[in-house]
Amino acid sequence: MTINNLVQIKNLKKHFPIKKGLLSRTVGNVKAVDGINITINKGETLGIVGESGSGKSTMGKSILQLLKPTEGEVFFEGENLVGMKRRNLIKIKREMQMVFQDPYSSLNPRLTVDKIITEPLKIHGIAKGVKAKEQAEELLETVGLSKSQSKRHIHEFSGGQRQRIGIARTLALKPKLVIADEPVSALDVSVQSQVINLMQDLQETFNLTYLFIAHDLSVVKHISDRVGVMYLGKIVELSDKKSFFDKPLHPYSEALMSAVPRIDPLSKKKKIILKGDVPSPANPPSGCSFHPRCPYAMEICKNKEPALNKVNGRYVACHLY
Amino acid sequence: MNKTTTATKFNVNDKKIKSPRVSELMRFIRRFKKNKRGVIGFLMVLFFVVVAILAPWIAPYSPFDQDAGSAMNSPSLEHIFGQDRYGRDILSRIIYGARISLIIGFFGVVISVIFGAGLGTLTGYIGGKFDTIIMRLIDILMAFPGFLLALAIISALGPGLVNVVIAIGVFSIPAFTRVARSTVSSVKNNEYVEAAHAMGASHISIIFKHIIPNSMAPIMVLATMRIATALLTAAGLSFLGLGAQPPTPEWGAMLSEGRDFLQSAPHISTIPGLAIMFVVLGFNMFGDGLRDAMDPNMKL
Repeated sequence: MTINNLVQIKNLKKHFPIKKGLLSRTVGNVKAVDGINITINKGETLGIVGESGSGKSTMGKSILQLLKPTEGEVFFEGENLVGMKRRNLIKIKREMQMVFQDPYSSLNPRLTVDKIITEPLKIHGIAKGVKAKEQAEELLETVGLSKSQSKRHIHEFSGGQRQRIGIARTLALKPKLVIADEPVSALDVSVQSQVINLMQDLQETFNLTYLFIAHDLSVVKHISDRVGVMYLGKIVELSDKKSFFDKPLHPYSEALMSAVPRIDPLSKKKKIILKGDVPSPANPPSGCSFHPRCPYAMEICKNKEPALNKVNGRYVACHLY
Repeated sequence: MNKTTTATKFNVNDKKIKSPRVSELMRFIRRFKKNKRGVIGFLMVLFFVVVAILAPWIAPYSPFDQDAGSAMNSPSLEHIFGQDRYGRDILSRIIYGARISLIIGFFGVVISVIFGAGLGTLTGYIGGKFDTIIMRLIDILMAFPGFLLALAIISALGPGLVNVVIAIGVFSIPAFTRVARSTVSSVKNNEYVEAAHAMGASHISIIFKHIIPNSMAPIMVLATMRIATALLTAAGLSFLGLGAQPPTPEWGAMLSEGRDFLQSAPHISTIPGLAIMFVVLGFNMFGDGLRDAMDPNMKL
């Protein structure tokens, strides 16, 4: 394994059992994440896009072991996190932190800002008292807030400011990997760009690696180095940003791209409108799970699941290639 | 003068608004003050608490001094609430009785908050099979009429004030368990709990730092209301002779003592009855007001 890999995910699966009846028998599984292989390189930003319910957040949480994976391995700097003892896991958790989607519910309303930011420092016994307070103030300034705000409660802050506080808390432990689970989708568009620019600046300053989960392609285009597209718990395309946005390979990526509103009214590119809804991850279609909605579906798609194959230096799971 | 105060009020960066916790409390008080019934209830409760604390100084007579000559005298200027069958001053007994009633109510509820809300917090947080088992046990406890349960506990432990407190504590446990459990199981789904897990926080620190502070409101409200129930139950038990023993000036016991003279000297029973009514009413109105001020959508 090269040192370049910060995280290596092998065949990661997370299934949620569906329980029914008085004795709560398991009648099926929601395959939220179903066999993901992916590598996150040091210092890069890997953007993950996909519809709601495609398993993006579940994947992020399974990497952090917030959800116990059903199967598979997650290597962080060469150590497998799956099945690791809690005590060892907590040590590693210092190195990987998460930014949450909803800044209104991810910060405890009863605590003051400095207490929120220093909580991770106290948990890991890094700093307390005056020293922790100083660090909190420093972090607040790093994320563009003023240290005079450290004694406030979060109901006094706007959504964008709250997300900055959330980011400050994430940075407190000086992590290597930050999993950002739709960090800007709950924010106003005008604030989104500020937060994203802040995240980019911080990435440079602190040498961070991002796994950036989003459903907004323009956000991903702005921040990512590589882009992964998820559909029904699987990665269907993984590519560097430029070639992905020049020409997406997978029909699903193509449909996603064509859904982005265009500024040029004369653009001849035709819009691909997908038929139907995302199938239930409890009962995914046979073969390629995208085939019922795919405009190019062939006979083989119904029967055989395509593997994630290398095509011109990118990866795509489709029988067309 | 007026101008300067409004100016400081709106200056957000002013040092006076240093502690937002205070301002949060102020907002709560402002909301509570709008509710007239709640305020009246609070004042009633406050009145009884003050009376209970100051009992030795404000009671005109000793609650135990007998005066056979003036037994069962009706209210007069010397004895505003009259005298009981042994000639004891009813006003003084009511004043001292406030101490006993409030202490029983308060400690009974403290017991049920510690055990009931504690258990509810655990089941709500842990969930799963543990939750199912504990809640079914609580359901069994709930199936008993509360007073009957208290009676059963008293008959097992024997009469006496301490045992009344225990009985009352136990019979309020199910209510607290259920409220705490439902609040906690919704609070624990907040992302800040997940964030704490992501940071590597232990379960105990998550419960004490995140879960409990955010689940307190409905429990406080329930506790206020439950003091009323506890008081009433204690009076009921004493009325039956299972609680406070004579000559303790307990309201329920006083009510019971006057039972035989309802026609000849109705004030002996009426006065403690009214005292019980006003305290219970006060706590209930106060509790309702608290609930409305904390969250108008909250239902108990």
